[in-house]
Formats: sequence, structure tokens, C-alpha cells
Amino acid sequence: MKGGFITTTFNSMLGWGRKYSLYQYPFITACCGMEYMSVACAHYDLDRFGMGWTRFSPRQADMLLVVGTITQKEAPVLKTVYDQMTEPKWVVAFGACALSGGIYDNYAVVQGIDKIIPVDVYIPGCPPRPETILDALIKLQEKVQKEGHEWRWSKKK
Amino acid sequence: MEQEKVIKDLKNKFSDKIKEISTQFGEKIVVFEKDSLLDVFRFLKDKPYDFAMLLDLTCVDYKGQQNRFEMVYHLFSLSSNLRLRLKTRLPEKEPSIESLTGEWKNANWLEREVYDMFGIQFSGHPYLKRLFMYDGFEGHPLRKDYPLRKRQPKIPMRK
Ligand code: SF4
Repeated sequence: MKGGFITTTFNSMLGWGRKYSLYQYPFITACCGMEYMSVACAHYDLDRFGMGWTRFSPRQADMLLVVGTITQKEAPVLKTVYDQMTEPKWVVAFGACALSGGIYDNYAVVQGIDKIIPVDVYIPGCPPRPETILDALIKLQEKVQKEGHEWRWSKKK
Repeated sequence: MEQEKVIKDLKNKFSDKIKEISTQFGEKIVVFEKDSLLDVFRFLKDKPYDFAMLLDLTCVDYKGQQNRFEMVYHLFSLSSNLRLRLKTRLPEKEPSIESLTGEWKNANWLEREVYDMFGIQFSGHPYLKRLFMYDGFEGHPLRKDYPLRKRQPKIPMRK
């Protein structure tokens, strides 16, 4: 047949499209931001994976990167940003502080952002190496690919 | 201006208010009576001493000692390149001290921080509100008797 054809299912095509167009919203609060910058820039180059676009409007973003320490005072801001994002959305906890509060086990710091919002991928390290981040984001892509894509989104809580 | 001269003049002028003068790591430490705060600082800020810069203002909690809180002030003189550390003690019950906001603008936030973390009242401060912690936060977290594991989240936590 001229031109050829492929067969696929709707869901896997949708997943393929989504995983290579993850627009990110970087929520950067602390030193991990340095590693984020090196990953996002030309040396490690997130753009190779279709994540080059940073959308500083939560409404246009698919992936929330929480990079750095989240204090109790900041928690409502993060929650609002998450709530403003449209479905489907994914959250990445970047670095020990976002995971668990890290070394800041004290009165001011939220002990892990999963106490406020649901998290899809955790990246350990203080700060994580760029290779770790790429690995984690590829894992997120796999997750996006495998996700059941219903027409109507059952809201994550 | 030599450091010795500053110390000597300070001693002569406030002989009854200066409790102790010592040296640590080559820096002079002056311990003064709390009620003479404004007089001492105005004296040092004016020429010829010219300590025009308030480097830092903070507090230390010595729990269990008689006068529990110690206020620490760091001054710097730009014209003579001198530093001076001044200290005074406050009681545990209702600790309060005069505000330095009239002399140095930057004392405003420094004093708000000390109020936030230690609960020291600064009389004459124009806007004594918490600086770091949020409204509704109870207690003062850098006091030694603030429970180590006490958490006061601003929004409800999941699970
Ligand atoms: S995990 Fe380490 S590097 Fe990252 S924000 Fe926390 S303290 Fe900084």
C-alpha cells in the first residue's frame, strides 16, 4: 500500500503525544534550583524529551516541578498553583526537601510536599544529580504513557 | 579614632550604666544596662565616634539563667573601620526593650525578626508584627522551650 499505515489504540497514541509534550511549571524555592537550571539548559537539555517548554502559567502546564524547600508559609501558594493546573497533571518532587523536608526537620518546613498535594515521581538527593533527574523524568514519561486516558477525568484528590 | 578611645569615652560618659567590658577575638564587648539603650546608641552614632551602621541585632535565649534573654547589637563605623558589640540582658517575664527604629531604619525588620522568634517586645516600634512566621502561629520558635517537634501547619495536611 502506498504511504504505509500503522495500527495503534487511541489510548496509546494519546499517551505518546502527551509524554513528549510535557509542559513544565518549575516551582523553584531553594538550592535545588541550580540543578534544575543545569538540567533544563543545553548541557543536559530537557528539550530532547519534549519538556523544553516552561509555562509560567499553571493553567498551561502539565507537570509541576516542585524544586526545593517548601515552608509552611508557602504551602498555600503551592496548593493554589496545583489547583489551578488543568487535568491531566503530574507532580514531581525534586530533591530531599520536597520529598520529606530534608535536613529541615523543624517548625517552619513542610515535611514532604505529599502532605499537601499528590506526587507522581520522587527524585531523592540533596541536590539530585542531573542524570537522576533525567532518569526520573523518563520514568514519568513511562507513567504518562501507561496511564488510562479516559475522556472525563476522575479528579485526583 | 582608636578603639581604646571609644571604650574610654564610653566608660567615662556612662560609668554607672556600663556593667562590663571585655575582649574576645580582638573585638570589644560592652555590656550595658537595658534602660540606657537609647542614650548609649545615640552617643555612639554621633560624631566623632560615627558608628553609623547597625550591622546586626539579635537575641540569645539562656534558659534557666536569671535574666534569660540577651540582646546583642553589632555596630560598625564606616569612617574609622571599627566594630563594636553591645549586649544587655532582659528578664524572662515580659521581656521588653526600647526600639532602635528611630535611629536606624534597618532595625525595623531586625526587631520584627527578634519579636517573631523570641517574643521580645520593642516599645516604640511602628509595626511590630511577625516577620517570618504567619499570623496565627503560636509561640516563638527559637525559644529553648518551644517543643522540638511541634508543627503548626498553615493549611490542613493530607491523609
Ligand atoms: S534538597 Fe538539598 S539542595 Fe535541594 S533544596 Fe533541599 S537543601 Fe537545597
